[in-house]
Amino acid sequence: MANMTKNRPLSPHLQIYRFTPTMAMSIVHRITGGALYAGTVLVAAWLIAAASGEEAFSWVNWFFGSFVGQIILFGYTWAIFHHMLGGLRHIMWDLGYGFEKHFSTKLANASLVASIGLTVLVWAVVLIVR
Amino acid sequence: MDMRTPLGKVRGLGSAKSGTEHFWKVRTTSIALVPLLLFYVVFLIMHAGKPYAEVVSALSNPFVATINALTIIASIVHMKLGMEEIIQDYIHTEVMKLALLMLNSFFSLLVGGLCLFAALKIAFAG
Repeated sequence: MANMTKNRPLSPHLQIYRFTPTMAMSIVHRITGGALYAGTVLVAAWLIAAASGEEAFSWVNWFFGSFVGQIILFGYTWAIFHHMLGGLRHIMWDLGYGFEKHFSTKLANASLVASIGLTVLVWAVVLIVR
Repeated sequence: MDMRTPLGKVRGLGSAKSGTEHFWKVRTTSIALVPLLLFYVVFLIMHAGKPYAEVVSALSNPFVATINALTIIASIVHMKLGMEEIIQDYIHTEVMKLALLMLNSFFSLLVGGLCLFAALKIAFAG
């Protein structure tokens, strides 16, 4: 059994394939997923603080309002949008559309641009509304 | 010595021991999360930096509290399934893989439980 596992053919991987936008966005999709996973701790902290009382809430609010907190929230917003757009691309592929080489490359680039655009838009609205 | 052929081993439910439920749950929660998270992000923008009383009163609105709870549930299920996929892809030592899969379940349930309890406490008790 161990022998059979070892002798399995190795599929081409990162160091063998030429670097492409679709590949990069695939990797970023997984990384943003992992980041969002870890970031749920922050959401939990915010909700628990709000449920605990005014003192706890002001602490958490102070952190999110600080420079480091704002950078983290900005990154988190981008991760949400990038992962969401990546997910929508996956739904499209699941339905059997969008496999054409040039189209999928364009869409990969567009999802990066759109995710940054949406993040900046959301933060611009935050700063104007606040 | 196992006399079964490689094909025989993966027939039926295969080596994964399950069908497409994992895939299907990931897609279902992902589609649910599109409107839920868009609402969530807009809600957070509107209440970022607002005083405590205002945030708590907004979160205790029945509609917001329901969306809040649904977003938590869909997110936690989705992230648990996603992390399972990552662990299964990269961790090949059986004991390590099982340990991390279990840790993933515990972490997801803990964070989900805390968020849900907090959301419901705000909704019912303020």
